[in-house]
Amino acid sequence: MEDRSQTRRDFMKMMSMGAMAALSLGSLSCTQARVEAFLQKHFREMTEAEKKEAIRRLEETYFRKYGKKFHISTQPADAAVLWGYGLDLSRCIGCRRCVYACVKENNQSRINPQLQWIRVVRLKDGSLINLENTEHYYNPEKVPEPGFQYMPVQCQHCENPPCVRVCPVHATWKEPDGIVVVDYNWCIGCRYCIAACPYKGRVFNWGEPNIPPEELNTEVHYLGNRPRMKNVVEKCTFCIQRVRNGRYPACVEACPTGARKFGNLLDPDSEIRYIIENKRVFRLKEDLNTEPKFYYFFSA
Amino acid sequence: MEAWIFFKKTIRMVFVGTKVYYLWCAFLLAIIGVAIAFYIKQLDAGLIVTNMKDQVSWGLYIGNFTYLVGVAAAAVLLVIPAYIYHFDPIKEIVVLGELLAASAIIMALMFVLADLGRPDRFWHIIPFIGILAFPDSLLAWDVIVLNGYLVLNTIVPIYILVKTYFGKEPVRKYVIPLVLLSIPWAVGIHTVTAFLYNGLAARPFWNASILAPRFLASAFCSGPAMALIIFQILRKTAGLKIKNEALFKVAELMAYAMFINLFLLGAELFKEYYSGTIHLAPMQYLFQGLHGHDSLVPWIQSAMVMNITAFLIFLIPATRKNLITLNIGSLLIIVGVWIEKGLGLIVPGFIPDPLGEIYEYLPNINEIAISLGIWAFGLFIFTLFMRIAIPIQRGDFSHSKYAHEAGRTQYERDQSIRKTSENS
Repeated sequence: MEDRSQTRRDFMKMMSMGAMAALSLGSLSCTQARVEAFLQKHFREMTEAEKKEAIRRLEETYFRKYGKKFHISTQPADAAVLWGYGLDLSRCIGCRRCVYACVKENNQSRINPQLQWIRVVRLKDGSLINLENTEHYYNPEKVPEPGFQYMPVQCQHCENPPCVRVCPVHATWKEPDGIVVVDYNWCIGCRYCIAACPYKGRVFNWGEPNIPPEELNTEVHYLGNRPRMKNVVEKCTFCIQRVRNGRYPACVEACPTGARKFGNLLDPDSEIRYIIENKRVFRLKEDLNTEPKFYYFFSA
Repeated sequence: MEAWIFFKKTIRMVFVGTKVYYLWCAFLLAIIGVAIAFYIKQLDAGLIVTNMKDQVSWGLYIGNFTYLVGVAAAAVLLVIPAYIYHFDPIKEIVVLGELLAASAIIMALMFVLADLGRPDRFWHIIPFIGILAFPDSLLAWDVIVLNGYLVLNTIVPIYILVKTYFGKEPVRKYVIPLVLLSIPWAVGIHTVTAFLYNGLAARPFWNASILAPRFLASAFCSGPAMALIIFQILRKTAGLKIKNEALFKVAELMAYAMFINLFLLGAELFKEYYSGTIHLAPMQYLFQGLHGHDSLVPWIQSAMVMNITAFLIFLIPATRKNLITLNIGSLLIIVGVWIEKGLGLIVPGFIPDPLGEIYEYLPNINEIAISLGIWAFGLFIFTLFMRIAIPIQRGDFSHSKYAHEAGRTQYERDQSIRKTSENS
């Protein structure tokens, strides 16, 4: 009896010592980074110093995870800019190169879950407005197919975004240049914004995002294409990391037919303004009063 | 000091009971244990272990949440006749009804937590500590009204029970304002929950002004149905005193509620089918199937049959006042409304999705296990509530009785009772 209790006590002692050792040795910095990330404030409530600290921590985390040095920008919006997007439906051939350029540029999860911010749907000629008749999974030998029209849909960057209104924690908002962004570190994963979006502009990381390290894009923006974590919502940001640096979004660059146009709505000489003023333009589901800044048009 | 002794005694109370009580608790704890294992798996891998997708981004969890908010709201169907119309047979069970509402709210909140992708960031939604998007987000409203309702429905019954334990009459001027407040608040929780879906223009199935009234009407059927069954079980097992009269009265009120529920559903079906616009699609998906996809059709059809049968049972006095048919009707309502408000409301809202895609969702084993676990937890909490509440109401568990057992003489005990009755 005496002996057995002695061994039990020894066993307990050994176990607790082991646990202590594991806790203290088991990558202390990792635990600390986790605690700091847990306590991290909303992006818009951070001071400049806190932002710097958050960026440093993120860059460290990404380096540990992917073995790559990231450059995370927090470049703010330019007050003289309001971004607008034009999409020429008479030119789109449904090749979906934009989709894959977007996936690559914006570090979307590739497999399980597979995430895409742009969805190109196929419609029969003459039934463009009725989105009930869309075909999502078509795979022809050659595009375009006769008798069909293709319509890429992505976040429309609404002036009155329903997704922003419903978010219970203000984890998503509209930037002064019109880009609707998400603070991935603040999103609680309730998916109310997905329910509220009439354009399927948002997707959810149902599992841990999966990107081959060699395909990572390390030039990122905090509110844009930096790697995400599981169970948060993400969306098109008009390639915030590019457009705030004077570049076109990746989808615009990738389009082989030049169907995609992008520019500053406040600049009367911009191409997007020319399109709105001179082409037959429409916006998706205008009856919902969301005021998209994504303009579909016909050049032919 | 007295309060501390009371607290210690209640703790002791829940650990002792009959064999049936232990078996029941063990049964519930076993289900909870299995659910915890599944939840740990979900925490680890993410919501990918569920059958939800971007196309149908809410499923069984949010369906159960919606249903349980209705069950909680329905406690007013006991509160109103008891406190406003002083219908005495119900007065005896109203405290139990409020505790049922509290248990339902706890379950509803747990379902939201189970659905949350990042429960680790739960604090973001707590006012002042995080950022609660009030008044923009209806989810923020829901957080406030649900927690407020939970507080109301725990402090009122606990106050009444503690007073009863000490052999005193509850002070009406404290109880009545809170009870009166709980009536509009109950309507409020279900209205806000309806508005949560109702306000989304992207989802035409929910974006109908009739949604909130329909929610209330169906809630006033399902909640009381659950109460009817539970009270009869407690009458058999725990010696709860409750008259048939009270049960029949509740059943009568349920018949009216079910009539309004069916009428509003008919009104909605008429509008959608007669005008036949593009907004008909989710309704078609639910009731007939759309483009060959019809996995919800047998569910909603059986729900309709159950609800109409139950309505007839509760409408006809002969079947309403027969305990066997009454129980059949209650079970039909519990299941029928669960289908209508769970799978039948949340899922078709997402089908077809905004770009016309159809993804047929049915919950998988992970979601079912976690949901059963939350139900078991709610029943467990409710069982513990009843373990304390019923003996207090019966007078078996009271201050004077324990004082007597602690060695006081019969004379002293009588004195203390006399004193308390003089005071009140």
